[in-house]
Amino acid sequence: MFRPRPEARPATVSVLVEGRAVAVPEGASAAAAMLLAGLIATRESAVSGAPRGPLCLMGVCFDCLAEIDGVPNRQACMVPVAPGMRILRQRGAREALR
Amino acid sequence: MTRRDLAVIGAGPAGMGAAIEARARGLSVLVLDENAGPGGQVFRAALACGRDPAVAPEIAPGLPLIEAFLACGAEYRPATTLWHLDPEEGVLSLVSGGVATEVAARRVVLATGAQERPVPIPGWTLPGVMGAGAAQIMLKTAGAVPAGRTVLAGQGPLVWLLAVQLARAGAPPLVLETRTVSIASALARAGGGLLAGRRMLAKGLALMAEARRLGVRVVAGVRGLRAEGAGRVERVAWEGGGAPCDTLLLHEGVIPSVHVSRAIGLDHAWDAAQACWRPVTDAFGATSCPRVAVAGDGAGIGGWEAALAAGRLAGLDAARRLGALDEAGFAAAAAGPLAARRAALALRPFLDALYAPPAAILSPHDETIACRCEEVTAGAIRRAARIGATGPNQMKAYLRCGMGPCQGRLCGPTVAALIAEARGIAPEAVPPLRPRAPYKPITVGALAATAAPAQQGVA
Amino acid sequence: MNIRLSDAIVVGGGLVGAAIALGLRDAGLDTVLLDEGDIAHRASRGNFGLVWVQSKGLGAPWYQRWTRGSAGEWSALAADLAARTGLDLALRQPGGVHLCLSEEEFADRAARMAQMQAEAGNHGFEYRMIRRDELAAMLPGLGPAVVGASFTPYDGHASPLALLQALHRAFTEGGGAYVPEAKVRGGSAAPRDFRVETAAGAFAAPRIVLAAGLGNAELAPLFGLRAPVRPQRGQILVTERARPVLPMPTTTIRQTGEGTIMLGDSMEEVGFDTGQSPPVMAQIAQRAALSFPWIADLNIVRAWSALRVMAPDGLPIYDQSERFPGAFTANCHSGVTLAGAHARLLAPMIAAGSLDPVLAPFSARRFDVPAAA
Repeated sequence: MFRPRPEARPATVSVLVEGRAVAVPEGASAAAAMLLAGLIATRESAVSGAPRGPLCLMGVCFDCLAEIDGVPNRQACMVPVAPGMRILRQRGAREALR
Repeated sequence: MTRRDLAVIGAGPAGMGAAIEARARGLSVLVLDENAGPGGQVFRAALACGRDPAVAPEIAPGLPLIEAFLACGAEYRPATTLWHLDPEEGVLSLVSGGVATEVAARRVVLATGAQERPVPIPGWTLPGVMGAGAAQIMLKTAGAVPAGRTVLAGQGPLVWLLAVQLARAGAPPLVLETRTVSIASALARAGGGLLAGRRMLAKGLALMAEARRLGVRVVAGVRGLRAEGAGRVERVAWEGGGAPCDTLLLHEGVIPSVHVSRAIGLDHAWDAAQACWRPVTDAFGATSCPRVAVAGDGAGIGGWEAALAAGRLAGLDAARRLGALDEAGFAAAAAGPLAARRAALALRPFLDALYAPPAAILSPHDETIACRCEEVTAGAIRRAARIGATGPNQMKAYLRCGMGPCQGRLCGPTVAALIAEARGIAPEAVPPLRPRAPYKPITVGALAATAAPAQQGVA
Repeated sequence: MNIRLSDAIVVGGGLVGAAIALGLRDAGLDTVLLDEGDIAHRASRGNFGLVWVQSKGLGAPWYQRWTRGSAGEWSALAADLAARTGLDLALRQPGGVHLCLSEEEFADRAARMAQMQAEAGNHGFEYRMIRRDELAAMLPGLGPAVVGASFTPYDGHASPLALLQALHRAFTEGGGAYVPEAKVRGGSAAPRDFRVETAAGAFAAPRIVLAAGLGNAELAPLFGLRAPVRPQRGQILVTERARPVLPMPTTTIRQTGEGTIMLGDSMEEVGFDTGQSPPVMAQIAQRAALSFPWIADLNIVRAWSALRVMAPDGLPIYDQSERFPGAFTANCHSGVTLAGAHARLLAPMIAAGSLDPVLAPFSARRFDVPAAA
């Protein structure tokens, strides 16, 4: 869980994290938006369902996987936010056919 | 297929330096980077955070560099991933925005930088446990700081830098320093570096002083660190101590990102001082593959100033090899970066000695998860090593460690250390994990779209 | 110099060697299994994981029968290994399909299957050619490019990696001696007296089984045998884990027990080059996406190339030395499918001292006859 510092970086981009509107600074990643939205566990693992959160935020660990704009299993730390972006926790293995 | 004289992978200091020098000698240059903007990790989001007082002093030197890079005339493709590299033909397979393309280059510079060394302590898979680098990325890209009680545990220059930056931003962490080497013992191995590196040493000492001034509390000599909590980190414990904790930031230094350099089969050497592998390079980054150079922290950790110098040298070397720079011109142009790199690396022996990773980090408890993707414990790896998995490739076949989406980037060092321990051999005697393409995931559809039209009737 | 004496030496710790070694151990023989180190060609690590019958043995009904027999032994093998090691081999034998992406492919396949049935004679060979509409009800999300498929009830799949680990563990825990980092450097043969020199020491036994995959080509002549095998490269793509969606495997697409979807494969004559080739990977991806369009959305998280062990006619080689009784070879490119036969049928023959006449057509002597032009 992270808190913003609007005095340093105004929150200008509104996204939906688990259906809830959150404003975050431009240039933040979808993973950052999840952490700013108050999430701690941002996914459930595909192996055991264990709760996980981002570890590295730099594209190495794949622990920030999320469903972004309907696409599951994206590395949320590598996706910059865009207005109206819909971000959901990745809950275990994805549905392949839906 | 697009053709360029030089392709540079990574737009950090090394990649930018290579591109600037190569462009100045007239080469056509493509720079691709997985990130959305230039700067690498050290100058990440520099254009956005340059005025944030929490990070501004450290970001400032990156701004003119980024400006020079963006003006140098190199084709710059951000948000672009290299998923395969054919080092013989010089063909790069890329994917960006779900579209796969290929580029051919006469010379390739890998400037893929570093990653944090994995820190597999008990509980490190709990949400709320992150790398120190991750907190710094939150600060640079979003201006955000951890809410609640923050513990920063580990050692190395980044620990002090991040402690100061968080404190400047109004969120001073509790620092648990895990350093095991005494300053006196590190000094004994510093050689003449203290004098030559006095500017950097002064910067480091100033940071430590600033940390104290800003109220950062430090517990030294921490051993046996563990994260505890139900579904998230709630508390950290160590031998003789403990503290409530909402966010635990771990850091035991950084290691070269060797994923691509290993995948294409470059020669690597064990760096005993930094306890990691690095590709073998000459003074200008040239490797065992005639077409490929490696520059920056990806060839051995030296920090951004050394990386910039190495990148400039690799760019000059590319110009020389491709006939755009004669020997005399090369020698004249290389003198500056060679001197700059020497100065930047002067303090390195002292830092490497002081912040040598503690043995416990390389030997996690049996029940601790070593491979986060496939949830494989250190105990399972030790048992398999005793059955006869003598290296990480057979280990992967047995246990799936290294088979998840991170492809062993995060468990590789731990698995190798556990095999060395179980077999009673030196870490450098453990065979390397062989990464395969795609280096990062690519969708089946993006790959399929690059195929020749469907050959109906051919099974 | 110390020589480790045993009843049997098996050279090669991949699926073929490990299955035979386990069978020998179960027959009561003190067995040494010699393996290479971490960096071996090790086709077993590149295996696609089918337990597959329907494509095997056109024009060679003895191979069809051997394959069927092995698929039949598999459930007992999987149950036995699970009981001994606790490992789930993820064996599923729901039948399998070969998808046809054009009428021409469908017609070719139908002819092939009819010939297989004719060749099977009294042994029988059940199959059905299934048209698209019926197939679409069996396989969710079938692509419009698929015109039909062949189906046989004998087919299935399993985890090749779990199999390899289970064989190694059952063998060692059953008292077998698994010796890694023991690449064979040389050897000598006399009837029922074989010696090998390895990086891990010297070994001697009255029986030796060469199951070193591509390494057999060089090893076999030392023991009065031939194994004219060559490498054939195959590339495979693997997606991220998905929830269970595919009820049965196809020849080139299967969902593993972990949920990943494996996409195969290629057949490339490129010698010992184990590199990957993006154009070939793209063809594999394209055919998968044509078969099941939803696969296009999945991320490929791994891919690899590995070398099949191919005899000139593509069939296995099982042989015994006439000059040096007690020496055997075993080579094939179906280490998973044939594991049941290797552990439970072939190994007992070797333990008893000679191969059953039913295996005579697999002798490498078949290559001694000059091929008719």
